[in-house]
Amino acid sequence: MLNFLARRVMQLIPTLFFVSILIFSLQQLLPGDPALVMAGEERDPDVIAQIRQQYRLDQPVPVQYVYWVKGVLSGDFGESLRNKVSVRELIAQKLPVTMQLASMAIIIAFLIGIPAGIVSAVKKGTAWDYGANFFALWGISTPNFWLGIMLIFLFSIKLGWLPASGYVPLTENWRASIASTIMPAFVLGNAIAAILMRHTRSAMLQVLESDYVRTARAKGLSERSVILKHAMRNALTPIITLGALELGTLLSGAVLTEQIFSIPGFGKLIVDAVFNRDYAVVQGVVLTTATIYITLNLIADIAYVLVNPRLRA
Amino acid sequence: MKIIRLAVTAAALLLSLGATVQAQTTLRIGLAEDPDILDPTMARTYVGRIVFASFCDKLFDIDEKLNIVPQLALSHETSADGKEVTIKLRPGVKFHDGEAFTAEAAKFSLERHLTFPGSFRKPELAAVDRIDVVDPLTIKLTLKAPYSPLVAQLTDRAGMMVSPKAAKEAGDKFGLRPVCAGPYKFVERVQQDRMVFEKFADYWNKDNIHIDRIVYLPLVDATVRLANLKSGGLDLIERLLATDLKEVQSDSKLKLSSAIELGYQGVTLNVGKDKAKGPLSQSAKVRQALDLSLDRDAISQVVSNGEFKPGNQWVNPDHPYYQKAFPIPKRDVAKAKALLKEAGVTPPVSIDFMVSKGAETEAASQVIQSMAAEAGFDMKLRVTEFATSLKQAEAGEYQAYLLAWSGRIDPDGNSYIFQKTDAPQNYSAWSNKEADKALDDGRLVTDPAQRKAIYEKLAKIVLEEKPLLYIYHRRILIAHTTRLEGYKQMPDGLVRVVGLKLK
Repeated sequence: MLNFLARRVMQLIPTLFFVSILIFSLQQLLPGDPALVMAGEERDPDVIAQIRQQYRLDQPVPVQYVYWVKGVLSGDFGESLRNKVSVRELIAQKLPVTMQLASMAIIIAFLIGIPAGIVSAVKKGTAWDYGANFFALWGISTPNFWLGIMLIFLFSIKLGWLPASGYVPLTENWRASIASTIMPAFVLGNAIAAILMRHTRSAMLQVLESDYVRTARAKGLSERSVILKHAMRNALTPIITLGALELGTLLSGAVLTEQIFSIPGFGKLIVDAVFNRDYAVVQGVVLTTATIYITLNLIADIAYVLVNPRLRA
Repeated sequence: MKIIRLAVTAAALLLSLGATVQAQTTLRIGLAEDPDILDPTMARTYVGRIVFASFCDKLFDIDEKLNIVPQLALSHETSADGKEVTIKLRPGVKFHDGEAFTAEAAKFSLERHLTFPGSFRKPELAAVDRIDVVDPLTIKLTLKAPYSPLVAQLTDRAGMMVSPKAAKEAGDKFGLRPVCAGPYKFVERVQQDRMVFEKFADYWNKDNIHIDRIVYLPLVDATVRLANLKSGGLDLIERLLATDLKEVQSDSKLKLSSAIELGYQGVTLNVGKDKAKGPLSQSAKVRQALDLSLDRDAISQVVSNGEFKPGNQWVNPDHPYYQKAFPIPKRDVAKAKALLKEAGVTPPVSIDFMVSKGAETEAASQVIQSMAAEAGFDMKLRVTEFATSLKQAEAGEYQAYLLAWSGRIDPDGNSYIFQKTDAPQNYSAWSNKEADKALDDGRLVTDPAQRKAIYEKLAKIVLEEKPLLYIYHRRILIAHTTRLEGYKQMPDGLVRVVGLKLK
């Protein structure tokens, strides 16, 4: 097991190296000149020249890359060209926000998607099934920005129950924090719930027709016990994997939703950075999310191996 | 029954969560963007200037009629040869760190703007050769050559004063914890989330400060900004969409404040750098024909329900430097066609029309396209992301480019860098010796009547040659709750906080 772990961790290094080159070179393809964007509305030539020199934009791309990697290896991601704030500090500020939002969204998705999937499988062909399917279709096809704005109109303007946007950190006031994130978390969770529901439904349908479920029923077990204890546990394994993958995606930032609700997370950070050609921020954030994603993948692999020793070879 | 009970519980929970958030003791302002660094020497965005207005006083300010009025200065005097400007400073002013504002501090701030590496103020103060302290409350600026827009420059970031002690200690990180001499002092900033300021007890004009705290919240989406204002989550929002005007006017809890901007929306025409050498770049008559094909009232109607002010010069028709001798031309398609014929051009004249992405710019460009088509122009719209469009404009890879300018108080700020030969923003690459002379002369003279006469000459040339078609001047639209009293909109679009009260 240790061998396997060591091998997998070693594989991380070339992957991350490759990712870093990819990030750096793809960014160079962005049209537009960062110095020109940063030079303000006046765009004075002296100021532009000064910016190019200060941020080494006048040097060849490989040289810029070496400077950047050197910094990253010593824990220095550089500083925002726009705000002079260190990129590490920006990431430390935004990551907890995105993590909170992502966890809430995934919890909401599980709470809605799995029960709905089970009910529609068990009550196949009934009004419950059609209802759940309708919900799933709605969840997948509703654009996030539309649902977001509708929720704001209902809960913030008409009813006045929730703040329309903005974010309060959990550590400052947990109730206000949940109030500020519940709507965006629902918007994100709703779409994932629909996907989870569809998968749960088909997995449950498959399991319900298997021999051991028929045996369990033949033993005279209650229907509740057959569904919850026997069928569901087996059906859920792929669903949990799917949920973990969705969580990875959420952690890389929910651009539109964060924009609508003004949640200062990764999504908002990266969009603003791209439009402002704030290279250091784009590089730092993309590298961080890539690392998170790769690490989550690694954890999933390890978990599989723990469950299924045949994969260790 | 169970479901109803559940719903009631959920509603009660939501209500209790919401109640915690709604408690407010401060003025909350919704901004359309997250500002860049809050260091007056390094700052460059319009939205940043809105925030500076609450914490960083300047030597001079403007009033509603664009008159220059003293702020941290008391008065100024220009020598007969125009090369020396003596400024008397306000006594008893303190910076947020308790340091006194003196002539030494003013000299330090101006020199910082002039010499700090990467300073964005350097071009604005380029005319200044030397700054001397005359006495503890007087400074003298010696200029390389007479430069009449100087005092106007000092009504903006170039005139902002910073605490020398704090600035020396913080170096290029000063903007992370700025220390100025304004009505509010910096408390904290969470990037892309909020900026918090609190009342400065030792402010020189503290009797007119009635609100304890100001929080700026960047909310990019205009619909969301308005939703926050309506739900009570914000007290004031900037850059309201013209299309949302009716909604604000019909809400008894909201009030609207507006002013016509100092800037303009215009179409830059590539005269000197057009690689294809299209008819537009080769003949002023073709450019005049394009201008005559446009109905500016109709454009404003489509883009803003008629809220924007049609215009044909680099200052708006209400501006003291607007040249009434050259009114907005009426649309005349027949004449436009005749001009094309005179120029020896056979329609349709194909034009590569670059437009940066955005609801307003795209709507305006579509109306321009359809109007121009009637006169024989085939304007091919090319919607481009802003940063990319700038780069292409600089390289001359366009024939017409819809580009706005936020405007400056002095007419020089709206003309010189766009019209002077080889000036940084002369994307048109237009060059005219007489115009160059008028632009230079405009900087040498301080007397308003004389300057106006010089700019009249310039207007005549520019309006005939048409390197740039000025289309309209946007209305600055600010909406706020009726709980906020004493708000007055200035034409520079900034939100001034002195004198405001929250009921």
